[in-house]
Amino acid sequence: MADPPPAAGASSPTLLTVEHLTMRFGGLVAIDDVSFEARNQHITAIIGPNGAGKTTVFNCLTGFYKPTVGRLTLRPPAGGEFLLEQMEGFRIGQHARVARTFQNIRLFPKMSVLENLVVAQHNKLMRASGFTVTGLVGARGYRDAERRAVELARYWLDRIGLTDRADDNAGNLPYGAQRRLEIIRAMCTEPRLLCLDEPAAGLNPRESAELNELLLFIRDEQKIGVLLIEHDMSVVMKISDHVVVLDYGRKISDGTPAEVRNDPAVIRAYLGEAETDELPPEVAADLAEEGRI
Amino acid sequence: MVAAVEGARKATRTVPAMAKDAVIFAAVSLALAIPLVGFYITDQGSTNTLHTRFGPMFYGVGVLFLGKLALSFAESSEAIARRIALIGSALAVLWFVIAVTGVVQDDNQVLGWFTWIVVVAVAVRGWVESRRSGAAARAIATAEGTSLGAAVARLGRFLGPLFIGIALVAPFYAAAIDDKRLVDLGVLIFTYIMLGWGLNVVVGLAGLLDLGYVAFYAVGAYTYAVFSVKLGLNFWETLPVAGALAASFGILLGFPVLRLRGDYLAIVTLGFGEIIRIILLNWAELAGGAQGIGGIERPSFFGMPFTASPPEGTTSFNEFFNIEFSPMHRQIYLYYIILLLALLTNWFTLRIRKLPIGRAWEALREDEIACRALGINPTNTKLTAFAIGAMFGGFAGSFFATRQGFISPESFNFLESAIILAIVVLGGMGSQIGVVIATIVLIGGPEWFRDLAAYRMLAFGGLMVLIMIWRPEGLLAHREPTIRMHSQKRSA
Amino acid sequence: MAYFLQQLINGVVLGSIFGLIAIGYTMVYGIIGMVNFAHGDIFMIGGFVTIITFLVLGAIGLTWAPLALLLMLVIAMGFTALHGWAVERVAYRPLRTSNRLAPLISAIGMSIFLQNYVQIIQGARNKALGTPLISGSIQLMERDGFAVQITYMQIVIVVLTIVLMVGFTMLISNTALGRNQRACEQDMRMARLLGVDVDRTISLTFVMGAALAAVAGMVWLLYYGIIDFYVGFLAGIKAFSAAVLGGIGSLPGAMLGGLLIGLIEVFWSAYFSVEYKDVAAFAILVLALVFRPTGLLGKPEIEKV
Repeated sequence: MADPPPAAGASSPTLLTVEHLTMRFGGLVAIDDVSFEARNQHITAIIGPNGAGKTTVFNCLTGFYKPTVGRLTLRPPAGGEFLLEQMEGFRIGQHARVARTFQNIRLFPKMSVLENLVVAQHNKLMRASGFTVTGLVGARGYRDAERRAVELARYWLDRIGLTDRADDNAGNLPYGAQRRLEIIRAMCTEPRLLCLDEPAAGLNPRESAELNELLLFIRDEQKIGVLLIEHDMSVVMKISDHVVVLDYGRKISDGTPAEVRNDPAVIRAYLGEAETDELPPEVAADLAEEGRI
Repeated sequence: MVAAVEGARKATRTVPAMAKDAVIFAAVSLALAIPLVGFYITDQGSTNTLHTRFGPMFYGVGVLFLGKLALSFAESSEAIARRIALIGSALAVLWFVIAVTGVVQDDNQVLGWFTWIVVVAVAVRGWVESRRSGAAARAIATAEGTSLGAAVARLGRFLGPLFIGIALVAPFYAAAIDDKRLVDLGVLIFTYIMLGWGLNVVVGLAGLLDLGYVAFYAVGAYTYAVFSVKLGLNFWETLPVAGALAASFGILLGFPVLRLRGDYLAIVTLGFGEIIRIILLNWAELAGGAQGIGGIERPSFFGMPFTASPPEGTTSFNEFFNIEFSPMHRQIYLYYIILLLALLTNWFTLRIRKLPIGRAWEALREDEIACRALGINPTNTKLTAFAIGAMFGGFAGSFFATRQGFISPESFNFLESAIILAIVVLGGMGSQIGVVIATIVLIGGPEWFRDLAAYRMLAFGGLMVLIMIWRPEGLLAHREPTIRMHSQKRSA
Repeated sequence: MAYFLQQLINGVVLGSIFGLIAIGYTMVYGIIGMVNFAHGDIFMIGGFVTIITFLVLGAIGLTWAPLALLLMLVIAMGFTALHGWAVERVAYRPLRTSNRLAPLISAIGMSIFLQNYVQIIQGARNKALGTPLISGSIQLMERDGFAVQITYMQIVIVVLTIVLMVGFTMLISNTALGRNQRACEQDMRMARLLGVDVDRTISLTFVMGAALAAVAGMVWLLYYGIIDFYVGFLAGIKAFSAAVLGGIGSLPGAMLGGLLIGLIEVFWSAYFSVEYKDVAAFAILVLALVFRPTGLLGKPEIEKV
């Protein structure tokens, strides 16, 4: 078995700092004082059993939930600082440029594949179209910008082999292709941090291998940070540079894949202890994660 | 899969089971009909008189029973049984109609129409069902809906210019045969086409259900009326103001509620429509209260009025062109104004669909959460759609005021909103040509349809339900991508 | 003070009517997440069934008020509930899995259909009850020449509403039906997997909502003595406002919201202007949505991502 390909630089700068993140829904604590860091040009995986609070972390990072307590700081390598917990949801995508995908794919199913990718470049194109005014009269600047947007879309479509289907409705693509499309749609926003929520779910081994390749390409060639929620351990162990393990909303381990794999706390969380009468809190946390309480 | 099981179950039903179904169906219909159809009240002053009309009620239920039975047979899996049953039940219905129409009084021929509707519905359903099993029906219906829409859209490329050509020369034809009513009808149709296209931006593209669209229409109409009567401004001077004011109202209303879920928006816009109407009804100083505003200036052609005896110092249209005065001139002029405004709306919509804002509207309609994750500001994007829709409503309202010369709150009730919405929904949300077809059918339809306003609205309501059940995307829903990577295939 | 008290009484009565309608909105919204636009018209149908029942009872010589009232109540509830069931079966059930806009448009179509259906079969004119079924009143106090009165009718209305509310709350909290309803509210697919008959539960929700709307329709008719095919439109919007104000999905919230809307409307008419009383209800709706979208007693809605 080949060793996982090394990250570009072990000393690459910290991109995201999560400090004391806590999220309560009513009386229920979905995330309890979690802190970790994610580096630029690293793939940081967040793993943990069902209901551990992984998606809730993503929802806090991308502004869908306001954290009860905690600080989420994004420091782009080029300088600057964004306090994500204070930003409105869409501004995180627009200014901090944190992009994400969803556990249950959220494409625009009745729009074409290309349109999905062009919508992702909305803010750039809005400016180019003079906020619709000059675009309406057909100014050259907008036409050029639109052509460049299509070129970017083609670049990514070529990468995942979907160029032929660019004009088909996104909803008509096979499942695996939809997953890949959602990832490249996020990439079309030209993000600094890409958050992927179970990208390998439902993929067959070949598709899974292609996904690994795509993620490594994003890490090494696009030189951005990737945050990854994943159940498929083969994916996690093969491509991630750093792993954070959550259980019942708490961080129980944090380190390289090899370190985490041998951590007794992690083994206990996954294999369970002799007494497994702790189902209720897990069910409760699960519900909280889905926003039922 | 559930549908497949259901379809299989349906296909293998025995005759007694079908009969039982029809009996239950008829019993429920009867129970629904007893209180409100079986009895009716007439009043003289303060004394009520109760009447019965059990005859028509039983007749109606009988038709429904036979219709349901015929439908069950028609859906049966065995072809021979199906054919025999279909003919047999058709004969039965026919016999029933002949036997009973002699007995039951039918003043307005309501029962006659009702019978025909049931017979046609059964025939259509039976024909459709016999061609395919119940399981596949829905999938095929959807596919056919879009292919129908695609065919219309393809035709639209030729139909569009043809249509505009006809619209341009139509008034000359009307003038030649000296038919003022035809021009009036044309004006009416294009007013609704414009309103439909305006609302299509909000409902069809952005997916925001606006039930108070008539409010913006009212704002436009009253803006022109007040500016004309109080300040003496003319139509063309007021038009941009009316549009801007209507758009501002859209933003004002939209800002607090567009963050909310779709159904809340629907009810708030509905309430807003009513608020505007109530305010107009009670604001005597500016809006004239229930009497409304009269004496609104009619449009003039570059300052030349369309009158037989122009005021001092002005030349009337007919004098300038040295032709005989005719009231048709103004009608035709009004026709071209609304044609121009409607085509402007259409051009704008087609154009903006291909701009980032238009794509963002459609994306928001598809998935708001995904839009937020992509950095699209949902509130501003929706507000733009709302404001632009409102602006076109305002333009149309101004036109309405100058055309009528008189406006009152009565013209701006919920029914108007409902009619415009019906046009958009029935035409296929997002489809421009669909709006045209729906308007011609619904507004320009047969005269009897207009005379019986209640029946017209009954049909509107019923059609909205049926269309949603058969084709939730709208009758002619078809979407062409706004941008393509590969040139379109020739094979189509 | 006396004037104020009188308005308070009137407001509570009106609020009871709105509350009864609002329950139908809130229950349906709770279980399938749609605004049943046709609910106001179901209320209107309740009123029409009542007046026809009243005239039929009069025609067969049954005029003893308590029995007549009971019969009207039962018959109106029964027939109106059937209408509610039919509306769901025809216009909403086929659309359960489709996009959000479709059932809403279907509901609006249904509302327009029902209004015009009643207009056609019963005529566009107001239908007046004529002789009041219950007359007379109690004078509570008199000051400055203003007598505060509570009519027997008002007492009957409020008592009826309270009895129905209590009975209804017990039905929801103590029976298998109520349990099924709450299960469907939480997770329809899971409820189905656990053997809950989802279709039947939803149907029964519509039936119950329509039955309560029928009571409201009857009360409206008895109280105002008049009804027409269009009452459902405004009363429906106001009752929906009440449901939103109280917190949509919450039964006590619907009742509380109804009371508040009734009181606001009555006091607004009494102290400010009668002309703008309908505006007051809408203004409350907009304010409630802007400042407290979850309503007074509603649970915060956490977005599922």
